[in-house]
Amino acid sequence: MSELLPQVQVNAFRAKAAAIEHPHELIVDALRAVQAHHGWVPDAGVDLVAELLGVLPVEVEEIATFYDKIFRRPVGKRVIHVCDSICCWADGGDAIAAHLQKVLGIGFGETTSDGMFTLLPTCCLGACGEAPAMMIGLTTFGTLTPEKIDAILDGYRNEA
Amino acid sequence: MNNYPQILFKNRRPGATAFLAEYEAGGGYQGLRAALKMAPQEVREQVKAANLRGRGGAGFPTGLKWSFFPTDQPGEKYLLANGDEMEPGTYKDHQLLLADPHQLVEGMAIAAYAMQIPVGYVFLRYAYETCAQNVERAIAEATGKGYLGRDILGSRFGFELHVHRSAGRYILGEETALINGLEGRRPNPRSKPPFPAQFGLFGKPTNVNNVETFANVPHIFTGGAEWYRSLARTPEGAGTLLVGLSGHLERTECFELPMGIPLREVVEQCGGGVRGRRTFKACLPGGASTPFLTAAQLDTPLDHVHMEQAGSRLGTAGITVFDETTCMVAATLNLARFFARESCGWCTPCRDGLPMVVWLLEEIEAGRGSQELLDMFRDQVKNISGRSFCALAEGAMGPVGSLLTKFGDELEDHVKRGRCPIS
Repeated sequence: MSELLPQVQVNAFRAKAAAIEHPHELIVDALRAVQAHHGWVPDAGVDLVAELLGVLPVEVEEIATFYDKIFRRPVGKRVIHVCDSICCWADGGDAIAAHLQKVLGIGFGETTSDGMFTLLPTCCLGACGEAPAMMIGLTTFGTLTPEKIDAILDGYRNEA
Repeated sequence: MNNYPQILFKNRRPGATAFLAEYEAGGGYQGLRAALKMAPQEVREQVKAANLRGRGGAGFPTGLKWSFFPTDQPGEKYLLANGDEMEPGTYKDHQLLLADPHQLVEGMAIAAYAMQIPVGYVFLRYAYETCAQNVERAIAEATGKGYLGRDILGSRFGFELHVHRSAGRYILGEETALINGLEGRRPNPRSKPPFPAQFGLFGKPTNVNNVETFANVPHIFTGGAEWYRSLARTPEGAGTLLVGLSGHLERTECFELPMGIPLREVVEQCGGGVRGRRTFKACLPGGASTPFLTAAQLDTPLDHVHMEQAGSRLGTAGITVFDETTCMVAATLNLARFFARESCGWCTPCRDGLPMVVWLLEEIEAGRGSQELLDMFRDQVKNISGRSFCALAEGAMGPVGSLLTKFGDELEDHVKRGRCPIS
């Protein structure tokens, strides 16, 4: 199971689940841990979380499919979430989304052919004073311009 | 330019976070010391006397909520901080936790003492990872100094605090959905009653307040209830407000302002006026679920009572301004799409009604409207309001309803001309 979750975390979740009264409360944590390690949550990841916490797979699945930041399908190495809520919309968010689709050569819900980026829309990121905004992984970028986006994407490509 | 009294933002520095040493140097944890010398009931009374109202959107009086809590019931009870903050236009809890996370910890410790609650959780949205790390560090520092833990400052009262990181979805900000989310159940809202104070997290008495609400609490005990009330400009208000500005303003920043400050002063002085010398057309005064206010309403004071009298709500005090080049049908369509996508799907008016509203606005904005579609739109507004399971669809109908009442001519103009008259 090492490709889904490091053994040390497997042991930690098993121990914590056994020690608490309500192991269900660890489902979101465990799904996030699998995703952080594996990139997304495959069926085997759902089964692993269920087994570690001693809950039913369906109880994990109904959580995994509810939250939009848990991925049940393969994604690229970096997931780009572009805000399409009202403040970013009012500040040129549509043009930012169009620029990202153009430079990445993909539409929303797609992954670049090199497996580097997946592009998804998201609701408000809580960066309304710095609209338009996007989030890559867990990092938020604000006051976006096409030039700024190009530099940010280059930074991620060079790090790879 | 900012001569307004800074209470919650007094330790705020650009790009920096105030942790324990700086927080204590600025009087941090003196509110907790003062509260622990009082009886729990006196603490609740003082919050009531301060007229603190919830900052998460609903504006319920905090002291009153605390007084409903079964404080004397023995056993497990929970205190939750709602840091889901996913209402578009709202980013003040984000700014607060980036600047000064110990205020939340101290406020929660006082609240826990007031209601004799032994365990708390800080619920934070996925996008606020830096805030989660700040709060975790603040909890560790506070525990190390005896502000949290088994025997807080020798009072024999104990309170432990944990952080929960969520994974997206606006509905988690609804308090019973948040409770389901914390339990690791599918986060649809629960039916009320029973209210969380009776049957909350794990079926135990639970009190939920917004992050900013908790951050106000310590100051009520260092400055007193009378001083706290006097911070507001209007007798109806009390304390200060964190106001996040966005949209078509010169300065889109988050300010701490006296409750009751006129909307015009916020837009013109703090926001620097509408960007590019354009004119003010409308604003969402308190987040995406609050009805639009127009230029004629700019003298409304920012407090709960006056905003309701003006036909809107104070909400989260996140103000999004639109200039005269904005099509209000297109703006409302964007808002409706947000609510339709974030619906949890539990009840029919929300799950099916909101996509219907989206479709109708799409047709009208694209120039394919008709009197029949306008009638259907009015019907949806009338029939969704008051019929949904939780407040999400009700909130969605805030701006949608005000499109009819405040910008009905613009809506009809789309249909008459067969195109959007603005964009």
